[in-house]
Amino acid sequence: MAKSSSKKAEKAIEELTYEEALAELEEIVSALEGDTAQNPLEEAIKLFERGQALAARCGVLLEAAELKVRQVAGDEIIPFEEDSE
Amino acid sequence: MALSVKEERGKRKEERGKKEDERRKTKELQKQLLTYFPKLSILLSMQSTLFHPQGAQQWTVSKLTFYIRKLLEENEILQDVWVQGEISNLSRPASGHVYFTLKDASAALKCVMWKTSAARLGIALQDGMAVEVHGRIGIYEVSGQYQLYADQIRPVGEGALYQEFMRLKAMLEAEGLFAPERKRPIPMFPQKIGIVTSATGAALRDMLNTLRRRLPLVQVLLAPAPVQGTEAPPALVKAIQSLNQQSPNQQLPDVILLARGGGSIEDLWAFNDERVVRAVAASGVPVICGVGHETDFTLCDFAADLRAPTPTAAAELATQITMLDLRAAVQNYKTRILSATLQILAEQKASLASLVSELRYVSPDRRIQSERQRVDELARRAHSSLFHHIQLQSAHIKGMERRLEALNPLAVLTRGYAVLTRKDDGRVISRVAQASAEMKVRVSDGEFEVRKK
Repeated sequence: MAKSSSKKAEKAIEELTYEEALAELEEIVSALEGDTAQNPLEEAIKLFERGQALAARCGVLLEAAELKVRQVAGDEIIPFEEDSE
Repeated sequence: MALSVKEERGKRKEERGKKEDERRKTKELQKQLLTYFPKLSILLSMQSTLFHPQGAQQWTVSKLTFYIRKLLEENEILQDVWVQGEISNLSRPASGHVYFTLKDASAALKCVMWKTSAARLGIALQDGMAVEVHGRIGIYEVSGQYQLYADQIRPVGEGALYQEFMRLKAMLEAEGLFAPERKRPIPMFPQKIGIVTSATGAALRDMLNTLRRRLPLVQVLLAPAPVQGTEAPPALVKAIQSLNQQSPNQQLPDVILLARGGGSIEDLWAFNDERVVRAVAASGVPVICGVGHETDFTLCDFAADLRAPTPTAAAELATQITMLDLRAAVQNYKTRILSATLQILAEQKASLASLVSELRYVSPDRRIQSERQRVDELARRAHSSLFHHIQLQSAHIKGMERRLEALNPLAVLTRGYAVLTRKDDGRVISRVAQASAEMKVRVSDGEFEVRKK
């Protein structure tokens, strides 16, 4: 678990989608909760810091989320303009 | 379906009204002109006779028939009619076209339905069946027969609609299209939601607002389709299929919302169309159907994986996890990360403390202490043994002293003997020859000198 999260750690947090950030956050939480004391302390602190950053990223994405609406037009997919009534 | 026809009829009525208005206006204008220019009436009345001096035009049958045909075909009302009546003289030759007569108590109308339209018929025609036929009036010039070119036939009235509904329902149910085991679970946390509905309806607005409120993270892919009228069923089928088409840069939606706002049974009829129902059942993506209001049931509802009472409810059922849940989850993770990390730190601290105490246990400090003690002990023992030794020695010395005392040659001096020594070299004189000029005499309490004579 620690291995996979350190692999993912290569991806910059600002580039993660909400789903990716949440999934990694979940992983980190269970890594931290699961094999306590098995991870070197330094690793645990790193995980903690990344976890905090991920949680912050999730929060930002949630607050900034805007419904994206597109429509099928023949074989193409185009943006959908809503009438602002 | 019916509504659109009604609407179209309404429009045409309006148009007709306008034309009549214009005609009236022209006549009024003519009247007014006549009152001012009476001679004009002569001109106006001459107009009709000027070009037809014999009073009637000569026609060939073909030309007249063509003329009548044109009259009929230019009449908008006759080009778009729903005619109610009973089927008789039904005939289906090998050509695939369908011929019948539509009649009521006092009149009959020849009808023909071409093969292509006949193939799309949802019902099996029978003599005596009461139907509504849609089509246009035209002329079959060969026999001079005017007739209805039919493109749609439906059973008469809502009772018939209901019967058709029940018939289709029973048929599709028997096929297993509505079986509970076919229902798939709706994903809890969709990333992408497909919507099939009218691009301009209130249903779409309601659904988008609901999604925006509950889970704006979601992506919406709209496949717009008319939701009523004859064009609706094929368009709905195409829309559902298009959302099931995966392309490299377009992942499939996690769920499809098939929806339409409330309306009459005819308005909602597209959602009872066999083609649409089958498309819903065939969809690879789970479908939530939200058509009409709470009390409206359509066959699509039965075929869908989940029925929602309204479009808004469909959007709600598609977003079982909302922003609130996500915020709470993130908060929960934050708390857990913190407490897990604190826990790790505490454990690390505890294990450090136990290491420290172990270290202390094995530390040379302790040995140094015990060594020091041993040194003390040894020192004490050394001291006491030395003391003992000294005591022994001193006792020994005293004994020796005593013994020495006893052997002391000078002891005899107390008894009156004296020891005579030469003064120059201190040697004891025991013979006369040893005597020197000056000598010392030692007695018990001291000595004195003597001179030889």
